Amino acid sequence: MRRVRIGLGLASIFAASFAAAQSGDSSRHSGYQDMGPALQKMQDDDSANPGMLFVQAGEALWNQRTGAANKACADCHRAAAATMKGVAVRYPAIPPGTAKPVDLEGRINLCRTANQKAEPLAGESRELLALTAYLARQSRGLPIAPPDDPRLGPFREQGAELYKRRQGQLNLACATCHDANAGKKLAGVTIPQAHPDGYPVYRLEWQSLGSLKRRLRNCLVGIRAEAYAYDAPEYVLLELYLMDRAKGMKLEAPGVRP
Amino acid sequence: MVNVLINVPKTAKRGDVVEIKALILHPMETGFRPGTNGRIIPRNIVERFSATWNGTEIFRMTMTPAIAANPFVSFFAVANESGTIGFRWSGDEGFLAEESVTITVA
Ligand code: HEC
Ligand code: HEC
Repeated sequence: MRRVRIGLGLASIFAASFAAAQSGDSSRHSGYQDMGPALQKMQDDDSANPGMLFVQAGEALWNQRTGAANKACADCHRAAAATMKGVAVRYPAIPPGTAKPVDLEGRINLCRTANQKAEPLAGESRELLALTAYLARQSRGLPIAPPDDPRLGPFREQGAELYKRRQGQLNLACATCHDANAGKKLAGVTIPQAHPDGYPVYRLEWQSLGSLKRRLRNCLVGIRAEAYAYDAPEYVLLELYLMDRAKGMKLEAPGVRP
Repeated sequence: MVNVLINVPKTAKRGDVVEIKALILHPMETGFRPGTNGRIIPRNIVERFSATWNGTEIFRMTMTPAIAANPFVSFFAVANESGTIGFRWSGDEGFLAEESVTITVA
């Protein structure tokens, strides 16, 4: 019931405000700024931000030997503070010797399988979230810097197309909400500009840390579209587009969201 | 591995009121939710949390299923002497976590 009304309401807002959508970089801001001061404080305080529990767990995993190779990430990469600084801000990227972009989670799993000779970690598993959060934390405060690898161009364009394509029973595009109606209210919630700068985030509604993929799935379900399969390439395409759109914004992971 | 974040000032002046913050990774499963198989997921919560200052209890609370996952507790104490602040969480399924930090009171 409520969702349907929201959908209809949005459709009429949408027509009126599309022109205002093409907001320039100057008005670009993080979902952090759409939150109340209590949640902002929670994100800023490393001893109150529950995402830091996962960062701590990620550090332990970084140093733990595993797999048939009996190697820890640290055996090859040494201190993450030095070797992983600036890595998270340039994913998704195309790993050497391959042709398709992977996100940071995918890159971690490549090392799991190829270098540790271990099983890949399941998507949204505590281990994968922890390692991702630990790596993202090494880039906190750095500007998002998508690689200028020309091979990424076509993938990014596909991501942009997905972003603008209407879908689901509510027939809405990501752009309908996040470009045309960002800053307005959807039910009680301020529609953010959909920047990936805080991910993985600790979302209070989830009572857990979650990946950008999980966030995108929530939005797809919200517009009553069939969410892409967990391992579908569409998420990486959308992430590529979102990271490019947020180029230059500071990475704030692990963020906190309501 | 116990996954806990504690925030206590390293030093304080005698008589200062210090804030003590403790965050722990715990699912706080309510015992009211059905799992994907339709059966109720058994309750798994932290039931008790307490803190001691040089062995003397200074704070205690009982937790309930209504408390969210990864409970964060913040409270205040008067700094009277240097020493160790101990933390203890216990609950369902034999859960027990202990952590301690030191504080210098001058
Ligand atoms: C009906 C409007 C709507 C549509 C359509 C929609 N979203 Fe969202 N999206 C939201 C709202 C509302 C939130 C914030 C939710 C909250 O804070 O509880 C959000 C959050 C997000 C965030 C997280 C931003 C942050 O700061 O944490 C991202 C990223 C995002 N959406 C991407 C997308 C993408 C990509 C699509 C298309 C596949 C999409 N959304 C479709 C309404 C929408
Ligand atoms: C046996 C050595 C080895 C182990 C163990 C290993 N890696 Fe790697 N990793 C590499 C090498 C070599 C590369 C560079 C890949 C290339 O350029 O072909 C790499 C690349 C990466 C990258 C991409 C860096 C960038 O600049 O884009 C990430 C992220 C990464 N590893 C994370 C991890 C994590 C997390 C673990 C543990 C779960 C791990 N690695 C375990 C050898 C290892």
